[in-house]
Amino acid sequence: MRQETGTRWRPRIRQRKAIGRGFAALTIVSTLLGIAMLVALLVDVFGDGAAQVDGHFLTSYPSRFPEDAGLRSALLGTLWLLVLTAVIAFPLGVGAAIYLEEYAPDTWLTRFIQLNIANLAGVPSVVYGLLGLGLFVRWFALGRSLIAGAMTMALLILPLIIVASREAIRAVPDGQREASYALGATKWQTVFRTVLPAAGGGILTGTILALARAIGETAPLITIGALTYIAFDPSGPMDLFTVLPIQIFNWVSLPQEGFSELAAGGIVILLIVLLLANSIALFVRFRLQRRFD
Amino acid sequence: MAKLTRRHVIRAMGAGMLGTGAAGILAACGEPEVVIKEVEKVVTKEVIVEKIVTVPAPAGPMTGTILADGSSTVGPVTQAVAEEFRTQFPEIRVPVGISGSGAGFKKFCIGETDISNASRPIKASEIETCQSNGIDFVEVPVAFDGLAVLANPANDFADCLTVAELQKIWEPAAEDTITSWAQVRDGFPDEPLILYGPGVDSGTYDYFTDAIVGEEGASRGDFTPSEDDNVLVQGIAGDRSATGFFGLAYYAANQDKLKLVHVDGGDGCVAPSAETVNTGTYQPLSRPLFIYISVPAAERPEVQTFIEFYLKNAGTLAGDVGYVSLPPNIYDLALKRFNNRVTGSIFEGEGAKVGVSLEDLLS
Repeated sequence: MRQETGTRWRPRIRQRKAIGRGFAALTIVSTLLGIAMLVALLVDVFGDGAAQVDGHFLTSYPSRFPEDAGLRSALLGTLWLLVLTAVIAFPLGVGAAIYLEEYAPDTWLTRFIQLNIANLAGVPSVVYGLLGLGLFVRWFALGRSLIAGAMTMALLILPLIIVASREAIRAVPDGQREASYALGATKWQTVFRTVLPAAGGGILTGTILALARAIGETAPLITIGALTYIAFDPSGPMDLFTVLPIQIFNWVSLPQEGFSELAAGGIVILLIVLLLANSIALFVRFRLQRRFD
Repeated sequence: MAKLTRRHVIRAMGAGMLGTGAAGILAACGEPEVVIKEVEKVVTKEVIVEKIVTVPAPAGPMTGTILADGSSTVGPVTQAVAEEFRTQFPEIRVPVGISGSGAGFKKFCIGETDISNASRPIKASEIETCQSNGIDFVEVPVAFDGLAVLANPANDFADCLTVAELQKIWEPAAEDTITSWAQVRDGFPDEPLILYGPGVDSGTYDYFTDAIVGEEGASRGDFTPSEDDNVLVQGIAGDRSATGFFGLAYYAANQDKLKLVHVDGGDGCVAPSAETVNTGTYQPLSRPLFIYISVPAAERPEVQTFIEFYLKNAGTLAGDVGYVSLPPNIYDLALKRFNNRVTGSIFEGEGAKVGVSLEDLLS
């Protein structure tokens, strides 16, 4: 009776397996492409800049003679900014995440807040710069200080930390909370002794990724008025400062020979600072997990 | 005067800055040029450091922070002065920011900075802001800069453009209308006109539009702007029918990639160089660069010492970072102006002014 033999199911095992292998190959290519980009970037930057990096480069102030120039003030500024931003953003971000995940009632207001935190993560960084200029630099009269820069950067990365910390807290199985309650722990004891340690790895990873973004940003700091030529060490949170990306940008924009090589050297240092921060976070995370697994 | 000019040329060559006829010959002979340049460079650095004039230190410990911000064109001069100043007064900190002439005045006029670098005179609206915040200022010129009009080296027709032709290219009415070189002058080929220029917040843009279009800040909108002059260099070097303008210092460092277009301001074609900028024959595209010192800040002894140091050494250092020094008597007049606290702008708030004689204005 059946005429349309074309619709009859045929196994075509070979073809289907080939498609499967093809898909696997595509995913491998996607992975390798990302890695290849990273390797190409590292080779290119280190090829141009590694020769610049020596003790003199790290300990000298900027100069109009490329052979005398160094990035001491920018490196110190970046380290100061990194620490201050972390100190401000970490407790606020984790606190907000704990509230939203553990305490907040599931109302329309909570959902509205959650939605807008996600929106904040997508706001362009220069907008935070303008906010920092109006709020911290002028209204709080902090001037173009490290603390004003760190507060601006903290605002910038706060949504990222909150989102990452919430994910981490949500991933802690409810069984652990219930076990804690069963032993007679109060809510806040449960949060501090059970949930937070278990979520610590995820929270730290999120925080470090957010901080990495902060130390690579230039636009908000230029907006709040960070300087380009600084020939002294920042002496405290109220002092004037510059950071590595601004110093690199300044060197890139100079016409004379020799400064583009310095810029490449600056990028190498910036990458090393980032990698160091990342590895410290990995180490801490590893220690935490060993304790709680 | 002739001796002064020759010194500029030598210094300009040493710092990798060319622009005169003699320098052009050097650039043409290929490999040996590199060797000569490097030898000159080493000599120049020592010569320049040796030429630095120290200033008498006032009594008492000299400490403090002098905050300068503003033009990215003048920034390198102030940075160079700050760098040399530091060797004599290591306890005085002189940080320099780069945000553009306009943004610099915004901060200066609300008292956030002590010195404002500017590649154009202060505007009337900015003077008003300063006054309403009680900030009086002293205006002093520190160097000359020439604006260079550039084309791609493959461009073999636009060797010299008149001011009228530049105006035709850049005026607001040219937008979407003047799109081909053939429209600029009869006989030019029908190639698309691709334009690059500094960002609209820069004094360089203000000055160029004032000098060429006749109205400050007025130009066509369909050009590629960038605050980073190296982007402009790349853009013009990468497109055979592109043209654009920026400070002479950037041309000097990139002359193998770009073609310098001579400009006819009415008295024949002139190429910008240390000499033609200094003597004022490269018109209308040579301009003075300024610093503005706030009078409240000028009460502080460290600021007074810094300004004295600045004006005594700007002649040496301006050339070193790629600009043209003012004649020595102008620096003397400028220092006198500062010491007497002559406030206000010699340009009376008219903004970028074309073809000024500083000597007449200052004395």
